[in-house]
Order: sequence, then C-alpha cells, then structure tokens
Amino acid sequence: MTALAALLVRDMRLAVRIGGGALMGVLFFLIVVTLTPFAIGPDLVLLKRIGPAILWIGALLASLLALDRLFAADHEDGSLDLLLMGSAPLELTVLTKALAHWITTGLPLVIATPLLGLFLNLEPQAIGAVALTLLAGTPALTCIGLIGAALSVALRRGGLLLPVLVLPLTVPVLIFGVAASNAAITGSGFGAPFMILCALTLGSLVLGPLAAGAALRQGVE
Amino acid sequence: MALIDLANPTRFLALVARALPWLAAATALAFACGLYLSWFTAPDDYQQGATVKIMFVHVPNAWLAMGVWTVMSIASIGTLVWRHPLADVAAKAAAPLGAAFTFLALFTGALWGRPMWGTYWVWDARLTSVLVLFLMYLGIIALWRTVDDPSRAGRAAAILTLVGAVNLPIIKFSVDWWNTLHQPASVIRLGGPAIHPAILTPLLTMALAFGLLFVTLHLAAMRNEILRRRVRAMGLMQAHAAQGA
Repeated sequence: MTALAALLVRDMRLAVRIGGGALMGVLFFLIVVTLTPFAIGPDLVLLKRIGPAILWIGALLASLLALDRLFAADHEDGSLDLLLMGSAPLELTVLTKALAHWITTGLPLVIATPLLGLFLNLEPQAIGAVALTLLAGTPALTCIGLIGAALSVALRRGGLLLPVLVLPLTVPVLIFGVAASNAAITGSGFGAPFMILCALTLGSLVLGPLAAGAALRQGVE
Repeated sequence: MALIDLANPTRFLALVARALPWLAAATALAFACGLYLSWFTAPDDYQQGATVKIMFVHVPNAWLAMGVWTVMSIASIGTLVWRHPLADVAAKAAAPLGAAFTFLALFTGALWGRPMWGTYWVWDARLTSVLVLFLMYLGIIALWRTVDDPSRAGRAAAILTLVGAVNLPIIKFSVDWWNTLHQPASVIRLGGPAIHPAILTPLLTMALAFGLLFVTLHLAAMRNEILRRRVRAMGLMQAHAAQGA
C-alpha cells in the first residue's frame, strides 16, 4: 500500500515538474476550443448547440496528449523494470499510474470546463452537465488509453500509433458523454445515458489495467 | 490429426501444399455456381430492380468482416494461452484479409446506397459500426508493422485483438443507441419482405464461395508468413556469422 502511495506521489510530482504537466493539457484544450469558432464562424446559436460536442472532442484529444510518455519514460530510465518486479500486483501498479495521470491530466480538464463553456455560450445548467459527464467519463478515457500506452511502450513511433489504436475504442464513451450532456440541456432523460457512461467507466477501470498489465508483461523482456 | 500436430511448421506447410489446389478449385466452383445463380436465376426485386443483386456480394463480405475478427480472437487466445506457434501467424495473416472484406462491405454498400437511398454514405448505425470495425483492423495492421520482432508483435496484437473483441459489441450497442436517438424514424432499413428461397439460395452459395475464398487466401498468407520468417531468421543467422568471422 505504501509502495502504491509512493508511486502515486512520485508520478504526480513528475507530471507537475516536467513538461508543464496539467497546464499543458488545459492549454491544448483551450486552443482546440478557440480554434473551433474560427472554423465554423462566430455563430453563438450554433456554438451553443454543438458546445458540449466541442468540449468533449477537445477533452478526448487533450487526454491522449501525455499518454505516450506514461510508460515510455519509465521504460527508458529503467524504473518500469522495478515496477514489474515489485511486490504489488502489476494491475494495481498500473491503476495507480492511471490515477496519477488522471489527477494531473483529466481532472484539470474538468475544472477548466466551466470557463471554456462560457466561451461557447453555454447556459450554467449545460456547463454543469458537461463538467459532470467529463468527470464521470475522463477516467474511462485514461483507462482505455492505458492499453495503448502499454502496447506502444517500447516503440520508437509509439506517439503516432497510440491514438490510432485508442480512439476507435473511445467511441462509446464519446457517444454517451455527449448524449447525457445534451439530454440535460433539453431536459429529456439525463439518467439513462449518464448511468451507461458510469458503467463504461467502471468497466474500463477493470479492463484497462488488466490488458495494460498483460501488455507490459509481454512487451518488456 | 490434432491441432497440436500442426504446431510443426514443416508439417503445416506440407498440409497446405496438399490442400491449397483443392481449396482453390472448390472456391472457383462455388463462385461459378454462386455468380450463375445470382445473375440468371435470382429474380429482380419489385422495388429495387437489378441493384438488389449487389446484396450477393455485399452481405457475404459483411459477414466475413465480423467472422475474421472472430478467427483473429481465437488465434489470439491460442497465442496468449497455449503459445501455439502458428496462432500468431494465423492472426497476422487474417488481419489484412479482414480489413479487405470490411472495405469491400463498405464499398459495395456505398455503391448500393447511391441508387437506393440517393447517397453514398449515411451515418446509419450499421454503417458506422462497420466503419469503426474497419478502423480497428487498420490499427491492428499498424501495430503489426510497427513492432519488428514477430513474436513480440504477435503478443501485443493478440492483446489488442481481445480488447477489441470485448469492445466491439459495446461499440455496436452504443452506435445503435446513438442512431436511434438522432433519427427515430429511419428510412434506411434493409428488412423489406422476408427473404424468399429464390434469393436465399444464391446468397448462401455466394457466402460459401467467399468463405472458401477466405480459407484459401488465409492458408496461402500463413504459408507466406512462415516462409518470410524463415528468410528473416536466415538473414539474421548470416549476419551473425559474418560478424563472428
């Protein structure tokens, strides 16, 4: 337990101190949201309608940003071998790393959502809905991305391969995240899609570490 | 002959060499029967006219698009659980074939959709989930090509294939749900009248023909992959010998 806690603290410290950490993801998120009106025009009514979708796409892409370094950095400096040999189950170790990654990448995106929602002319209720669905959905994105990060750990071109492997698997999360946000805005049945979104998150919390653990065992020899 | 006997690549190659001509002949025969039935005996649809015959190519391809992923999943279990030496060869040889069948299903569907629905592409639930399946095939192929050591690439691709096998039903379900949410009354439905035997017979014959085509191409691709790995091993041995000398 103390080993896992130490790993959590170490990973968060590394994320904050190297490469800008949380701020970089939020900055990317901000840029995606800023670019969209340039592409579709400054139409506030249209932006309000597709706002939740823009926020979700932005968060999806931003959460992939730092993923390729999640295991690759540890692989390069050799600490991944120590983690593999450690006494804690590899799946729990991987889950801990995912938690640290989510706290430094996913959570700041959720916190930044209200501000970006204002740019997109969203009502307070809609902003709340998008922030809530992102809070429930981004752990799933991290855990699915975990599989891609573990598969591409020792690859030179892993950074390019990872989104190709991971993005098709995130389709259900995107569908139910946006659907729940839109349902909350139109006032029609927020519960069902939101609960399915939570179910997807819980499912990927199990599948992600299992598959990532297997991939790490196979990949690093 | 048990599956384990085939673990010896030489024995497998001998079997393939014996079976391949017969399989190729059976494929050609099945295609001849199937194409004859679809062109000359199957009636035109009272609404769709002759374009309904695209179905005889389209539907078998769509079935194979899903069937090949199943084959790859079984092979992946063989790789990870039993370490069967030919399992990752089978998985690797199946991936491009599956991608090709999926592409053909999408392509013939688009050609069929143009006269029937007036557009090449709609974001219909079924089309969209097949498109995602196609993207996942391409992801698997990309992973195979990025890792240069074949056995390591095999295990990585096996894990991704199984993750995909778990996720594909979820994706299918979500996309169905997404589509019904957005267009409650879909005009695009392939149901129509229950299938008449005059259409069903050519369809099943064509499905058999495409199935045989897959088996033939798959065995040939597995043979090529085994030979390719031998060439690679020989090249490495030569390089080692040259270094030692």
